Amino acid sequence: MNTLETAENPEKLRRIAIDPVSRVEGHGKVTLLLDEDNRVRQVRLHIVEFRGFEKFIQGRPYWEVPVMVQRLCGICPVSHHLAASKAMDMLLGMEKLTPAADKNRRLMHYGQILQSHALHFFHLCSPDLLFGFDSEVAKRNIVGIAAAFPEVAKKGVLLRKYGQEIIRMTAGKKIHGTGSIPGGVNKSLSKEERKALLGEIYTMVSWSLEAVGIVKQLFESNREFFENFGRFDAKSLSLVRADGAMDLYHGDLRAREIDGKKIFDHFDYRHYWDVISEDVKPWSYMKFPYLGSLGPDEGWYRVGPLARISNCDFIPTPLADRERREFLEYDDGRAAGATLGYHWARMIEMLHAAENIKDLLHDDEIEGEDLIARQGERAGRGVGVIEAPRGTLIHHYRVNEEDLVIRANLIVSTTHNNQAMNEAIRQVALQYLDGREITEGLLNHIEVAIRAFDPCLSCATHALGRMPLEIELFDCEGEKLSSASRSSEGIFLAQ
Amino acid sequence: MKSFLLDGERISFEEGETILQAAIRAGKYIPHLCFHPEFRPHGSCKLCTVKIAGRQSASCTRLAAEGLEVESETAELNAERLLLTQMLFVEGNHFCPSCEKSGDCQLQATAYHLGMTSAHFDHFYPNRPVDASHPEYLLDFNRCILCSLCVRASRDVDNKNVFALAGRGIATHLVVNARSGKLGDTDFAATDKAASVCPVGVILKKGKGFSVPIGSRTFDKKEIGEWVDTRLKERT
Ligand code: SF4
Ligand code: FES
Repeated sequence: MNTLETAENPEKLRRIAIDPVSRVEGHGKVTLLLDEDNRVRQVRLHIVEFRGFEKFIQGRPYWEVPVMVQRLCGICPVSHHLAASKAMDMLLGMEKLTPAADKNRRLMHYGQILQSHALHFFHLCSPDLLFGFDSEVAKRNIVGIAAAFPEVAKKGVLLRKYGQEIIRMTAGKKIHGTGSIPGGVNKSLSKEERKALLGEIYTMVSWSLEAVGIVKQLFESNREFFENFGRFDAKSLSLVRADGAMDLYHGDLRAREIDGKKIFDHFDYRHYWDVISEDVKPWSYMKFPYLGSLGPDEGWYRVGPLARISNCDFIPTPLADRERREFLEYDDGRAAGATLGYHWARMIEMLHAAENIKDLLHDDEIEGEDLIARQGERAGRGVGVIEAPRGTLIHHYRVNEEDLVIRANLIVSTTHNNQAMNEAIRQVALQYLDGREITEGLLNHIEVAIRAFDPCLSCATHALGRMPLEIELFDCEGEKLSSASRSSEGIFLAQ
Repeated sequence: MKSFLLDGERISFEEGETILQAAIRAGKYIPHLCFHPEFRPHGSCKLCTVKIAGRQSASCTRLAAEGLEVESETAELNAERLLLTQMLFVEGNHFCPSCEKSGDCQLQATAYHLGMTSAHFDHFYPNRPVDASHPEYLLDFNRCILCSLCVRASRDVDNKNVFALAGRGIATHLVVNARSGKLGDTDFAATDKAASVCPVGVILKKGKGFSVPIGSRTFDKKEIGEWVDTRLKERT
């Protein structure tokens, strides 16, 4: 862990706060402390997590939960929908789903991965990556991309739309669908829906492959920069299938050291608390999860695309697996440990999602009519874990005999990545801000690092990918030296 | 046969029929929530308000009479109905996207019919605990619109008196007639008429939840006016 978490004499330092004003999920802020020579002395990412939900759900009937939890996230509500459904499957002893239910849920999930990854990369990150981190602010958005790279923008928009269509068909609506219910699904894909999706899936697979190529080219164009930007070493955590394959819908927990050595493998997530603990720090509302056996200082980890690609033994679809091997071998594995490697890994996963959707659409059971599992023995609690677009997502509920939720615990991807994101921005601060006058372009480097992990923090759906900012500089006495703000239109105003 | 005029159209009626009953029989929809064709009118929601000779009157309780000129589909009356609907929305917790009655709820369907796009007023956000004490049914009091249909069904059809409205004015609320106040301590049964009359999402069968997909629910297939019409035809 690097030492920028807590400065020694904070009262003597200048303070910069990067404070995004509006938020989809939670609220976040970055603070930097600088000394007289502009040396960075402390960097912290504070996220106000929306734990109120756990209270809100108490006293509600369990069957309502999978629909209710979708309010938690504007970008990947389906992940919460499915994680809660899986928890309720367990509660009712209905974990063995019918083939039709299992396949329709998977279709919904991979549709979600596709749309979320497309949004994350094309809408939110490609402007930084294709124009440069300190390029002209007014252009650095999807509108700018559409003007300069119309083909890229078009494909990004259509990939996302295709994923959203899958969600609409399987869940009933693009947002706030109801498709997944405890023990199964309430509908399967109709013949017409299947035909419509099949008609476009090959295009989606080939566009996803091209998207992997875009990131690869970016790395090629400036290998040194892409590999080292915000780089840090970390352990990784994800679900893997019983045979070690990547499976974003279901599996057991696996954690690895940076050198690939397994810390644990095939751990049944229904007892996740035996391997994952949560630390609290006085300066942050959001908890810091860690691998219990290693303690909070050593046990923190990465989740999400980068962690998943290096954690699995293989990807069970051919094109994505070929890309996975190339990624892992690239420059002796340097790309696979890079913060910006998240984008590369993300596009490989998008390709995997497209291939997976193709296979599911060719499977007749996707139209199956047996949708609900037989009820088994009821348990007092339910745990559901899924690999959401941004990483491992844990839902855990206790339900009483009257069917009401009495306790809920959710660990979302952003929380798992809390320490990792803090590490990334500290590295970036050291690499790019240290000893220099702070400009918007430099501050955007911090955001670029955060966005590699998480688009919600970048206030995605509200502002075309621009994080509205308020930045304030304080001198040693706490006197405000200057302030600047960037509105959601991306205009930087110094005052 | 005797008749009256509804928005300029001649509607015939039988002796003793109310304006709303005659209108429904003629296939004319007048928005309503506390009226149900099988029960005596209650006249409390006021959504069915019409104008007769310049004066407002609840069409579910007003007897039809020869030669009346009744206005219903006017901008003024629909604006008032919309206002009443919005007030019902904020008085309880009607968060349609996560409510299992969505698509089958008459309040929601009425709101759509009236073109409601926002609740307009500040929400009350009541926090009344759910009663899940009965093994097969659950009560979510936060959605009660006090139409008294369950009260009438339990009393008049089931001969049980499981439900009652207590309190007055703004403090009116639904209660369960048991010492404990719990549904589990009454003789309420899944086969009771009262189990199926609630127009909103208060009296719910446990475990059913969202088992009907979006697209196949009552009001996905029919607008509420049309549904009222078919419900009547199915009955006769
Ligand atoms: S519970 Fe339902 S039927 Fe009974 S008064 Fe309330 S809204 Fe009407
Ligand atoms: S339906 Fe007439 S007052 Fe409610």
